Amino acid sequence: MKRTTSARIDAAGLTIVAWAAFALAPWHWLDFSGAGPNWSTYPLGGAGSGLALALAPALGWSGEWWLLPILAPLALASAASLPGRDARVRAGLLIAAGALGLALTLGQGFAVGLRGWNAQWLAALFGAPGPRQEGMGLGGVTVLACFLFMLCRGLAGRGWCRGDAFVVTSIGTVVALILLFVFYPVGKILVSAVQDNDGVFAPYEFVAKFADRSIWGLDCVGGNLRCGVAWNTLLLGVLVGLGSTALGLAFALIATRSGFRAKGALRILSVLPIITPPFVIGLALILLFGRSGVVSTTLSAWFDIPPTRWIYGLPGVLIAQLLAFTPIAFLVLVGVVQGISPSLEEASQTLRADSWTTFRTITLPLMRPGLANAFLLGFVESLADFGNPLVLGGNFEVLSTKIFFAVVGAATDQGRAAVLSIVLLGFTLAAFWLQQVWLGKKVYTTVGGKGDSGLPTPLPRFVAWACYATALPWAAFTAAVYLLILVGGFVRSLGRDYTPTLNHYLTAFRIDSGASGLRFTGSAWDSFFATVQVAALAAPVTAAIGLLTAWLLTRESFSGKRAFEFGTLLSFAIPGTVVGVSYILAFNVPPFELTGTGLILVICFVFRNMPVGVRSGVATLSQIDKSLDEASLTLGARSFTTVRLVVLPLLRPAIVAALVYSFVRAMTAVSAVIFLVSAQYNMATTYIVGRVEAGEFGLAIAYSSALIVVMLVVILGIEAAVGQRRLGRREATPVAAVAGG
Amino acid sequence: MSKAPASVEFRNVSKRYGAVTAVDDVSFGIEPGTLVTLLGPSGCGKTTTLRLIAGLEMASSGTISIGGVDVTRLSAADRDVSMVFQSYALFPHMSVLENVAYGPTVQGAPKALAREMAMEKLALVGLSGLEKRAPSELSGGQQQRVAVARALVLEPQVLLFDEPLSNLDAKLRRRVREEIRELQIKLNLTVAYVTHDQEEALAVSDRIIVMSNARIAQSGTPYELYEEPASLFVADFIGDANILDAELVEERGPRALVRLGPMELDLPRRGATAGPIKLAVRPDALRLAPADGDGAGRGVDGRVAKAAYLGKQREYTVATPVGDLFIVDSGRTPARLVDAPVRVAFSDSGIVVLPR
Repeated sequence: MKRTTSARIDAAGLTIVAWAAFALAPWHWLDFSGAGPNWSTYPLGGAGSGLALALAPALGWSGEWWLLPILAPLALASAASLPGRDARVRAGLLIAAGALGLALTLGQGFAVGLRGWNAQWLAALFGAPGPRQEGMGLGGVTVLACFLFMLCRGLAGRGWCRGDAFVVTSIGTVVALILLFVFYPVGKILVSAVQDNDGVFAPYEFVAKFADRSIWGLDCVGGNLRCGVAWNTLLLGVLVGLGSTALGLAFALIATRSGFRAKGALRILSVLPIITPPFVIGLALILLFGRSGVVSTTLSAWFDIPPTRWIYGLPGVLIAQLLAFTPIAFLVLVGVVQGISPSLEEASQTLRADSWTTFRTITLPLMRPGLANAFLLGFVESLADFGNPLVLGGNFEVLSTKIFFAVVGAATDQGRAAVLSIVLLGFTLAAFWLQQVWLGKKVYTTVGGKGDSGLPTPLPRFVAWACYATALPWAAFTAAVYLLILVGGFVRSLGRDYTPTLNHYLTAFRIDSGASGLRFTGSAWDSFFATVQVAALAAPVTAAIGLLTAWLLTRESFSGKRAFEFGTLLSFAIPGTVVGVSYILAFNVPPFELTGTGLILVICFVFRNMPVGVRSGVATLSQIDKSLDEASLTLGARSFTTVRLVVLPLLRPAIVAALVYSFVRAMTAVSAVIFLVSAQYNMATTYIVGRVEAGEFGLAIAYSSALIVVMLVVILGIEAAVGQRRLGRREATPVAAVAGG
Repeated sequence: MSKAPASVEFRNVSKRYGAVTAVDDVSFGIEPGTLVTLLGPSGCGKTTTLRLIAGLEMASSGTISIGGVDVTRLSAADRDVSMVFQSYALFPHMSVLENVAYGPTVQGAPKALAREMAMEKLALVGLSGLEKRAPSELSGGQQQRVAVARALVLEPQVLLFDEPLSNLDAKLRRRVREEIRELQIKLNLTVAYVTHDQEEALAVSDRIIVMSNARIAQSGTPYELYEEPASLFVADFIGDANILDAELVEERGPRALVRLGPMELDLPRRGATAGPIKLAVRPDALRLAPADGDGAGRGVDGRVAKAAYLGKQREYTVATPVGDLFIVDSGRTPARLVDAPVRVAFSDSGIVVLPR
């Protein structure tokens, strides 16, 4: 009885909200940026409600008759909310209302666009150009969400997921969001690649664009001409993959298998890539080796070596990406090296193998999957990187920059951008696929649950020396680069004029105290506040959706779970530039018209960084025994209560990780957002890139180091605020020891 | 206890995971106020059966009722059943008191009442004074009692135990299982208890349900299972048994004349028919006698193959013409050395004909 009642109350609540949103809330997206929406004609006109717009044509006023059918699912939902219905019938009505409502609402949204009918067959059927409408707003989106929840509630009533409405609704919501913000944009790319720029189906144009010489040309092999951009990208990716893996391995071996003293300093390496905006390295390289860089000018002054532009091109991008991605390889490989059980090496030594033989026959083979993993990560990161090729590429073009210029350059060609995106997406997905197929089955985890008390074997002498010889100069170089970033903002012009100055910081971050209180007059404040605002909005949403998904993945079993998992992680594999292009293609037009708003930036960050939340959530949840959830269930707590009282408190470390990562990644991202920023919502990173392109290096470097410092503060702040997991572990205090004994 | 204990009834219950059948067409009943053990080797479906009672798994077919009410489709939170988990599943971020008060709290009881109920149950399991501790500050046995108190706090119709002793050391096991049995009798609880340890099952149960390969192999009182095993599997699993090939020579109504090597035995027939049969001979039905034998009682001659000294008893494996015999000698007899010739004497009880 209790269950039936709660199902009815759920249904009634959803129906009331849906009716209210349809009847009262403005159906379309309202633009508050300019003069604001026109309320004078409410409930009709641009800010009109769905119901009023739907009914208006019948009374002879101008309205939107295609909203009328939405009344049908709303009536079904009302019928489901009546008291005294059989539970199965109610569930059936809710499913019908939800499914029909979703179909009709989305259908009208996609059919009627800004410029009339969206599909040619509709225009042919009803006559061109047809009616027009803006994108959906508060009313439309709320009604959509209500229909989705009704569908989920109905399916739960029919016994899906043990009849647990919270679980079904969570799955439904996550699936809907991923479909809308990951698959729909990517699908839009695929569609627009086979269309010409007027939206007509043109497969031959696709073939011509795809097979273009500028993508696949091999002229650099024979002559002096340039190679295709695809080959450039692959070459760079492979070189970066190999280089970062080798350097990362050297660092990892030193950190775990040697008596090196300053291991703590190596650990700093692991934090650097998180808080450094990717292109800052490229910027630093220009300031070191550019035509008027510190090193170049010094060499020319002391040894008369004329400064050249060698840094612009493959060498520069390669060095920048190696600096940026070696720490990632290091992080992967430290885990791998530590994962090799010392007792295996001890076993080898008791069988009379010397240390070199042990290293060659035991340690290295066990590391092979980890090495492959590090290589593929470096490869993928290099492919996705946009900032460094943009500032350092020169004539060396890679796919990510080429895509950017196809969208924003002089010769705007969205079809071309789409084709290039497909090539880049193909490369990255192939790399991820390789990783799964190749490494998925071979997990050489050699540390089991049992205690393992062996001592790691020291490295063979010349392996150790090789590691030092590679890693230490590189570490010194990295330190020099970061030192330059921090110092560069405080001198007038690096390489030319070393007079100490605060001018760059003042230009960027000047605060005047006038009659009307403090005024932030520095040129960087706008973008800085916008960035912090967007990142701060995105971080909790990312963490929430990511951890909810992780909970579903680890605790619930439902059909299609594998596909669900793939979908949630897919957005991680899509390079940022591709995401940017796809969002422009998908969200520039109704029914979801979001470009130019701050919301699209938030959404972009949420779905790009969600996999981080999912991963840290899954990692933490798999360490928490499932019987804790079950104990809570058998004590009469429902799944929502269980999540709130048992799962969330134990998830604190994962929450911290997800919050920190999503905030910091939102602050440092450049590739996707550079397509999505607007005058109102400029981001710090895109602002800095703009300053670099304008040659204002001092300002750019000052702003970058300010960002790095802010992010460090934020990371420490979040960790302090959310705190550590309170597990009540026995503490080594005398009181506890006495009481516990 | 305000609530009366409830019965549990399984009618043709199956649980399938894709192609795997974890519980296959199982029917049984648990009388109110009794302790019934689900016993079997790992993977036999006993834990799945327990989780089906709890509502942590949903039956693929069949009906489950508790206290006469069909609960087959009810979720765990809606069933009046509590469970003590193998890992105890104590919430590590809550104190002992918070753990025990969790049930009433999520049911919406006022804080003071929840606390009072929790304190009462903690006193019942003898943990008063430790309520402020974190679970990890308690010993294994204390943690186990917290888990029991937490399961008892809602005064459930049925209490479930999933291998509750497996994380305790051998000495503690005996004490805790006695405490669980005492508590069950004192509070007149219906308890379903899962274990793979036959000795534990024999010690605590009113009835035992032996499971094998997702089905019930036999159910009955501990005495019935030990003395009258229904199959080779049960005979072998409950207590050690020497399974010997023998021949049923003559059917004599409810009894039978059985030939085992040189011996002729008069045993309950238990439905077996003339021809080759299997005998289950308990190790305590066998006795070692001097090799030259004074002829007292029936027996076979053999040679000691293995000997082990366990303090309170000696265990021998003796190679004989009827097969290798496992013998437990708990008398204070002199040790027999390996290879010593011995005679194995058969007593009258502890030998059963296994029905086909």
